[in-house]
Formats: sequence, C-alpha cells, structure tokens
Amino acid sequence: MSTDLVPLAVLMFAVTYPSRAIGLLNPALDRMPRRALEYLQLVGPAVLAALAAVNVMVATTDGRSVFVVGLPWLAVLACIAIVAWRRSLFLGLLVAVAIATLGRAAGLP
Amino acid sequence: MPSGTEPQLGREEIGAARRRLILDGLGIIVSAAGFGFVYGLTARTAGHFSPVEAMAMSLIAFGGAAQFAAIGYVSSGLAWPAIGLLTFLLNARHVLYSAALAPWFRGRSTAERALAAHLLTDESFALAIAHFRRLGRYDAIGYWYPAVVTTLIPWNLATFAGVMLGDAVVEPSRFGIDVIFPAAMAGLAVGLITSRRELVAALAGAAIGVTASLLISPTIGIIAGGILGPVIGLLVPPAAGKDGKDGPDGTGLPKLEDMHP
Repeated sequence: MSTDLVPLAVLMFAVTYPSRAIGLLNPALDRMPRRALEYLQLVGPAVLAALAAVNVMVATTDGRSVFVVGLPWLAVLACIAIVAWRRSLFLGLLVAVAIATLGRAAGLP
Repeated sequence: MPSGTEPQLGREEIGAARRRLILDGLGIIVSAAGFGFVYGLTARTAGHFSPVEAMAMSLIAFGGAAQFAAIGYVSSGLAWPAIGLLTFLLNARHVLYSAALAPWFRGRSTAERALAAHLLTDESFALAIAHFRRLGRYDAIGYWYPAVVTTLIPWNLATFAGVMLGDAVVEPSRFGIDVIFPAAMAGLAVGLITSRRELVAALAGAAIGVTASLLISPTIGIIAGGILGPVIGLLVPPAAGKDGKDGPDGTGLPKLEDMHP
C-alpha cells in the first residue's frame, strides 16, 4: 500500500497550522496591516472558484488546453444555486451528482 | 467580544445555549460525514490515493477544501512546493478565524490553544464563535464539541469508509462522481462569499483561472486565479454593514472588525 503522499500530508499540515495558530498563540496578529487581512479574507473564495471553473471549463488533450461545455456545468451550477439558497453543501452535492447521473443515463456528454 | 463585564448567565440559559449548540452540531455531523465520504471516494477514484494516504490527509492536514483541492493538484502532477503554496493560500482564511477566537481563549493553557488550532475549521469556528457570543464567555464544550464530535470524528470515519469503498465503484463518471470535486469547490466558495468583495474575488479568480489555463496551463491558471482574484476583489469598496453577513451564520468568515476585541 502506497505511503508516498504521507509526507505531502505533513507538508500541508506545516503550511496550514501557522494560519490556524497565529491568532490563538500570538496576539501580535493585531499588528498585521489591515490591507493584508482583507486580502487573506478574499483568498478562499478566489482559489476555490478558480479550481471549480478550471475543472469544468478546461480539458487538456494532447498537451493542449481547450475550452469545454458539458453536463458538469449544469451540475455545478445547480450545486451553487442550492448552496446559495439552502446553505447546504451536502444537498448541493447530492443534486449535482443526481443531475450528472441522470444526464449521462440520457446520453448527454 | 468578551469584555469581562457580561452578566452571568443562569444554569438554565447555559443549558439552553448548549442544547442549541448540540442541535446545530447535528447538521454539521451529517455534512462532515457526507463530505468526508465523498472525499474518501474521490481520493481513491480520481486521485488514486491509497487508504493510508487518504487517511493521513484527513488526520494530519485536516482541511476539507484543501484536501479536495490536493486531489486535483496531485492528479494534474503539480509539484509539491506549488501544492504547499496553494494549500497555504487556500487555508489562509484560518488566520481570521484564529484571531477572532483568540480573545475567547484568553487564560487557557498554551497546550490547549495549540491543540485547538489544529482542529480549527470553517465548521468548528462557526459553531464555537456563535456559542461563545451567546454565553458571553468561553465554554469548553463550545469549542471541543464542534471541533471533535461534529467535525474531526465524522470526517475521518467517513473518509475511511469512502476510501475503502472507492475501488468498488466502477466507471465513476457514470455515477456522477467526476462532478463532485468541482461542485464541492464551487459550493465551498459560495459558502465563503459574504459580501460583494468576496463575490468579485471569486468571479475574478474563476475568470483569470480559466483564461490563464487556456493560454498557459491549468496549473498556472489555478495559481493565478487564487493570487490575482483577491487583488481584483480589493478594488471593490468594503461593505458598509448591510452587505456582509456575520460569520457565525454558518458561512464561516468573521468580519474583520470582529477580530479586534
């Protein structure tokens, strides 16, 4: 059984723990420039949105990236709508999976 | 924020606050278990993680969105330093959570605060800060119940179940498993959007990410979107109070002013 990615888990811990601990263990965070704090507040939505968009809109074939339109767009948009409406990621994921499953059963790409 | 002058709550009021905490936590348990199962399944089927690797991520890294993202990074062959940078950026919002919780943890031991930091997640923050505000003071169950019972345990048990069942699922796309990752990323992004600024940062991150992916590569696109999206977001004037929602409504992010007691 592979354990090659265990050090990656440790690396991810090492780069995450300081963010989690800096306020709890070091009250000097109050001295961080406000602009830096505002930037940090926006990083999460931007990274996650970039990941989602690239995943459903870009496909790589023969080393070339191409723009794609397909069923995953609908599934992801439905998830976004449900999370915005009901604040339930779990429900949003269930609906996204249902749309993809039913769509593919109907022969959609 | 705790000022030390809040009125002392009676036993009945404390009990009511704790009952509400536990009830709210039940929803988080369902969500963490469902999401953890999907993570384990996706790690196995899309990322080809072994059970040990998937469990190591859930126990050691313990960061839902970052773990999901790591599946995509590993699958696309991203170098580990880049994964480290993106993980740092993705989890940088914890600085805000940590700073917002710090005043409530004043007087607690360094060991307790250090352990609490590792278990700090969107969910534990949202439940804990709401409970502390209701009580007007620190309450141990208010942090450790959300952190351990509603998040850590269900997340890890569900990861184990998902990764063990991953091989049993043939043709993941037939069952819609291929859309789980982008849908989860998009859903988590929506959950973090509490003002126009965050919305603009998310839309800019997505647009920059896709454009750079098409022009250069998906790897560069994701990094560019994550780094430059917030810069665009900062161009939007901050909300004047009615735009942003408060963190403890379940969306996660505290307002910056909440960070300063």
